[in-house]
Amino acid sequence: MKDLSDYILPTIVVLIVLYGGFKGVDVFNVFIDGAKSGFKTVFNIIPSLIALLLSINMLKASGGLDVLLSLLSPIGDFLGIPRDIIPLTILSPISGSGSLGVYESILKDFGPDSFIGRCASVMMGSTETTFYTLALYYGSIGVKKTRHTVPSALCADFTSFILSPRFVRIFFR
Amino acid sequence: MMNYILPIMIVFSFFCAIATGNIGDLSSSVIDGGTDAVTLGIKLMGVICLWNGLCNVAEKSGLTEKLCKLLNPFLKLVFPKLNDTEAKKYIAMNITANFLGLGNAATPLGLEAMNRLQSLNKTPDTATDEMIKFVVINTAAIHLVPTTVALLRKEYGSQSPTDTLIPALILSVIALSTGLIMTNLFKGVKRSRNERFK
Repeated sequence: MKDLSDYILPTIVVLIVLYGGFKGVDVFNVFIDGAKSGFKTVFNIIPSLIALLLSINMLKASGGLDVLLSLLSPIGDFLGIPRDIIPLTILSPISGSGSLGVYESILKDFGPDSFIGRCASVMMGSTETTFYTLALYYGSIGVKKTRHTVPSALCADFTSFILSPRFVRIFFR
Repeated sequence: MMNYILPIMIVFSFFCAIATGNIGDLSSSVIDGGTDAVTLGIKLMGVICLWNGLCNVAEKSGLTEKLCKLLNPFLKLVFPKLNDTEAKKYIAMNITANFLGLGNAATPLGLEAMNRLQSLNKTPDTATDEMIKFVVINTAAIHLVPTTVALLRKEYGSQSPTDTLIPALILSVIALSTGLIMTNLFKGVKRSRNERFK
């Protein structure tokens, strides 16, 4: 499995560059133009990252996170979700930069190749910020009655929360 | 939403710190918050720029368009009643951008798709079935390369930063299918309830 994963990234890069060259695209300059837009993206997320990391850091340093986790861990145990992943499951439907911040602190505390680190990675790779997307997409066109969008989307998130630890156990024995 | 969560987190932390006597740690954590965020942003900047550059090449060479065409069977399956080609085009482009890990390119395309769907909507304040499915697709991330995950794993010393990629991809397909199946189930439940009341 490890070998196959190692192929994915380089293959995509080669494919894109080769196809671009083959089609006569000015590969270097077009790449530079695209890369420039990346700066804007990062500058846009930094302010919200500051706000979120401030509150996450405060929650961790004050011991508040431990209080919350011990309250929630019975539910996590019941569902088979490890205790240390719970903050990620709470934040990931709500805030993109929030879950990014929590994810980073999980990697820092447990290491990326630990069971917890891998669970968090799989979870991060398979969920999106549900409420943000919902508010943005429906808000932009003025739809107020979203019917069964929220429950359906949360079912998708929930599937990923429950299955991530199980997938990690299967894939990384 | 975040307008409530952030203040609650901060106030809760403050009182917890007083109760547990961790107020010194709390004080230094306030200063670290800003630094950590900027460090994280700069760590991500390289990989985001790199990926945006590559995807610009894919876009200009017509590779993105080719990928969109591959989505046609999927769109027919998920949106059997949608005949508007313009809406379908934007939906396909949005999914492709998401698939390539280009969240910021995906959003404007997604909003345009919502716009098209809204123009077909007879009750403008209520979401249509197509809208619900499209939003659910966007809330379940199908990413071929979750670049930020791979980068942060590498940053924290992973032996193989991309090895969670395949399980994550399989899981997101399962999660998305669950979401889409649930939209149909919820719709069915509501319909039968309405019929009972008639």
